[in-house]
Amino acid sequence: MAKTHIKDKKMRTRNHEVVLNRSVGGDLGINIFLVIMGLFMFLPMLYTVLQSLKPLDELFYYPPRFFVRNPTLKNYSDLLRLMGTSWVPFSRYIFNTVFITVCGVAGQLVFASIAAYALSKIKFPGRGFFFALIRYSLMFNSTVTGITSFIIISYLGWMDSYLAIIVPAWGTTLGLYLMKQFMESNITDEMLESARMDGATELRTFWTIAMPMVKPAWLTLIIMSFQGLWQSGSSIYIHSEQLKTFSYAISQILATSIARAGAASASGVIMMIVPIFVFVISQSNVIETMGSSGMKD
Amino acid sequence: MSEKTVKRPVARKDMSKLQWTLKEMRRNYIGYIFILPFMFIFFLFTIVPVALSSVVSLTDFNLLEWPNFVFMDNYIRLFLDDDLFITAVKNTIIFAVITGPSSYLLSLFTAWFINELPPKVRAVITLIFYAPSISGGATMIWTTLFANDSYGWMNGWLLKLGLIQEPILWFQNTTYIVPLCIMVSLWTSLGTSFLAFIAGLQGINRSLFEAGSMDGIKNRWQELWYITLPSMKDQLMFGAVMAITGAFGYGGIVTSLCGFPSTDYVAYTISHHLDDYGGSRYEIGYASAISFVLFLMMMGCNLLIQKLLRKVGQ
Repeated sequence: MAKTHIKDKKMRTRNHEVVLNRSVGGDLGINIFLVIMGLFMFLPMLYTVLQSLKPLDELFYYPPRFFVRNPTLKNYSDLLRLMGTSWVPFSRYIFNTVFITVCGVAGQLVFASIAAYALSKIKFPGRGFFFALIRYSLMFNSTVTGITSFIIISYLGWMDSYLAIIVPAWGTTLGLYLMKQFMESNITDEMLESARMDGATELRTFWTIAMPMVKPAWLTLIIMSFQGLWQSGSSIYIHSEQLKTFSYAISQILATSIARAGAASASGVIMMIVPIFVFVISQSNVIETMGSSGMKD
Repeated sequence: MSEKTVKRPVARKDMSKLQWTLKEMRRNYIGYIFILPFMFIFFLFTIVPVALSSVVSLTDFNLLEWPNFVFMDNYIRLFLDDDLFITAVKNTIIFAVITGPSSYLLSLFTAWFINELPPKVRAVITLIFYAPSISGGATMIWTTLFANDSYGWMNGWLLKLGLIQEPILWFQNTTYIVPLCIMVSLWTSLGTSFLAFIAGLQGINRSLFEAGSMDGIKNRWQELWYITLPSMKDQLMFGAVMAITGAFGYGGIVTSLCGFPSTDYVAYTISHHLDDYGGSRYEIGYASAISFVLFLMMMGCNLLIQKLLRKVGQ
């Protein structure tokens, strides 16, 4: 933005395009705000990573240093060693988390997108009512439904089973809401009509015409669903050690011992790196898809 | 009605509303099949629990004995006999009033500010701002930064600079708990609504700005109020719902930072009260009353704010 030219007050340009209604002072203020915000958001994340690379004497150094002098991976190998001492093989915890996440995300994706397609593109009576319910459901969260869901799940006999975590995740409404809104604005009825004229079934139309066009929406749905499930930790529904998740195991390992600050920060890094990684992949995809879909209208 | 009509396709105007609806239902039956699996799960784990909690809240259910109807007793006890609940309501409202609007405005303005940056830069900044909200356990870094001993970043420097004589117990000191929890929750607040705002801003037709400029819009703030915000009203509504729901469900961050319960219950929220009665004491009837009150608070606030937001740009 340093190359901004000011020809006259109304005709500022940026990359050869006229910029309307933007004062230099305002731009400067905004950039200062963004830098401060960026530091506030980024430094704690950076500090998490740096802490995990510090040897013990640097973790307990006075006054504390922000940066690491002698980076080491010892904290990570400590964490691995601690994992080996756990009662259930550690790979089992990792498998559990991956299994829950994959099943939860896949089911949510299939059920929510087919329902979103019906709600936005098939004109059946009552769809307004159903969508209104979905919209209202966004106005409260699982804190409200937790107690009675517990009763329902124990009544179903799903205690101590993955079903208790996976199946409710399939009915998460945020993903469906976003998907439905996106389909409504990005798929015109004409596109579907031509497929229907050719004799394609609704299921086929949904799968071959609608789904490829809403890639950003299903990526978004995947991210949202993934985040919730990946961090699902010490669920009240799971009691067997065999079925517990990765984040639960980590919290246990760290809770049962003192002076494991190094391993703790290493585990923090591992827990946060996966969701961020997933977002990085899908963000670029969403932006790319958004870019090409914007050209059509 | 005439009896001697020739048999021909019936036009919509000749059918009663019921007949038309039935015909449409038959014609589009596939729609019901498509929504069935999702709706079944959604009803079972969202709608039924809410309905059930309104019923169970009128009983003394405790998971062991057969419940008796006690009608309004749980609610009377909540509001008249349970001082801790009143504290929880008060704290929840304080948190909601502070974190709700500030996280909302922070998301909106940040999204607006980065909207004009080049796409690559925007992507990087989006990632940096969004990351804290998805990295769950990363909030624990704040307990390292504000650790109780002198090895904590904040205490270490305050001691070094001679501003304090002994380390402050940040997450135990009633003066600091609430501000710190609010700060950390703002750190994690650029979440779903932030992304929705970015998408909404990208979707605005650029020619609107040129037209607005012709019509005498002079600066970015007028443009924001008269063009940008009205064009992304749907996202504004959606973001508000996300912010309010999150703000009232507040509790997880406090527990992970301060432990449970926080010193003198200064950061004790309804969600903590709910965990206590539902999760630890198994007083399900009473806990259902708490969750139903929380439900009404969330819904009421959401509906009120939506009414207000409809006025944007008018």
